[in-house]
Amino acid sequence: MTATHDGPRTSAPAAVSLRGARLAYGDRVLWDGLDLDVAPGEFIAVLGPNGAGKTSLLRVLLGQTVLATGSVEIGGRPVQRGSSRIGYVPQQKSFDPGLPLRARDLVGFGIDGHRWGITLPSRSRRQRVERALTEVGALPYADAPVGQLSGGEQQRLRIAQALITDPDLLLCDEPLLSLDLSHQRSVSELIDERRRATQTAVLFVTHEINPIMDKVDRVLYLANGRFRIGSPAEVMCTEVLSDLYGAHVEVVTVAGRLMVLGVEQEPHHHDHGGHR
Amino acid sequence: MTGADGLARFLSFANFWELLPLVAFSLAAAVLMGVMAGVVGPMVQARDLAFAVHGIAELSFTGAAAALLVGASVISGSLVGSLIAAVTFGVLGVRARERNSAIGVVMAFGLGLGVLFAALYTGRTANKFGALVGQPSAVTGEALGVLAVVSVVVIGFMLVLWRPLFFGSVDPDVAVARGVRLGLVGPAFMLLLGLTVAMAVQIIGALLVLSLLITPTAAASRVTASPLKVTLLSILFATTSAVGGVLLALSPNLPISPYVTTLSFLIYLACRLIGRRRTRRGWSARVPVAA
Repeated sequence: MTATHDGPRTSAPAAVSLRGARLAYGDRVLWDGLDLDVAPGEFIAVLGPNGAGKTSLLRVLLGQTVLATGSVEIGGRPVQRGSSRIGYVPQQKSFDPGLPLRARDLVGFGIDGHRWGITLPSRSRRQRVERALTEVGALPYADAPVGQLSGGEQQRLRIAQALITDPDLLLCDEPLLSLDLSHQRSVSELIDERRRATQTAVLFVTHEINPIMDKVDRVLYLANGRFRIGSPAEVMCTEVLSDLYGAHVEVVTVAGRLMVLGVEQEPHHHDHGGHR
Repeated sequence: MTGADGLARFLSFANFWELLPLVAFSLAAAVLMGVMAGVVGPMVQARDLAFAVHGIAELSFTGAAAALLVGASVISGSLVGSLIAAVTFGVLGVRARERNSAIGVVMAFGLGLGVLFAALYTGRTANKFGALVGQPSAVTGEALGVLAVVSVVVIGFMLVLWRPLFFGSVDPDVAVARGVRLGLVGPAFMLLLGLTVAMAVQIIGALLVLSLLITPTAAASRVTASPLKVTLLSILFATTSAVGGVLLALSPNLPISPYVTTLSFLIYLACRLIGRRRTRRGWSARVPVAA
């Protein structure tokens, strides 16, 4: 694997730096003693069962949840809510087909959606949005209502929206969920190309490592309040995961796909609907 | 009475030019109302609040009826009812499904109270249900003054809130990640909506406010997907309906509401027809790409 961050870049601080980080809700400890340095341009997959605290890790980095103990820095500075140094790609969800919101409007939110006031038409803003659309190959449907685009097209817009401020860090929360296999591949390839081109570090929360297996530099596996960090080959093996889960699990490769047997591997949806 | 006479009764222009100066206040009120409703409408659509608007309007009627009963001013009663309803609906479930049944529960009870207050009121009966269905109103100077102040407040705050509110309404996950405070902009919008609805109740009646707050935006979003154009068209459509309604109701001396609702509906039908052609042609010069 050719990681682009080879050679220590002493000048650039780590994109993410967690030290002795502990996250707990009351008595329930999600993870503890987490030390993690993410180098600029590094691609890290965050894996683990439901409730292991994968999304909570993103919330900590977004400044929405506070660590119980330990410290967290983004690009050498403390976390801050709504920072333009972080891009965020959520899981795909459908928009109402009649919603008056074009592809270019969704991407434009990435520039100034959080600022007070109204958006007046401006040439430089328009060019910036069109550049971002071009980079993800979305210019042909720039004026289409987002609700009438496919899931894969919408996720391309999400990536353009998240990267338009040229952030140091891209956080993705199950961005491939509900996409078909070809869209899963094209969206993950797009993220991979961009992090190499712009040195944007990527934390990619997923329940399914296969679409990004050949792209990630390291895996952070969270389970049972514990974690393991390392290359995919180091972490994704029977011994390590059995130890992490405290029960025997079997990691096997079937037809080129890695499978973890003996573990519930449900995608986590954001609505906690309970029993149905 | 023949059919032609009947029609002439609804569409009469006798003495039109002599009557016109008398409704200068009503026309000014219609313009203010149209602009305010047109600005608020797209956000009602984006936040899926159509049913909440209906609920706020009916509780505004309850407030007006209560004010009538205790001898207070109808406008302030209407405002109080509207704002209480808007704040209540704002803190109810965030998800549309939960929210809508709660609104239904509160609205039905509130409207019942309003009917009771109106029945207990012993004054002029014309006032009783005017707030529900509108009346042939000569807008008073005082009412116009209140409307002018409220519309400046609503439009001014909408200009400030616009971008984070729209972002937070259509794309909440990313908006929160980017620092939009949904807990602030959402409730702030509900207050502005409450003010707008209370004003619309005075002009067109509680049961018909949807024709100014929902229909113009629904029509506009049939012909364009640009948020800016939807807003401008929504203002144009709401103002045209309100002003046209005042002018058409002038000679027959009937309530303006049926004229406003009809104009607004005709605009919607026209936009649907245009929109259908547009959908057939496609929204943009879009070429299929392997996304």
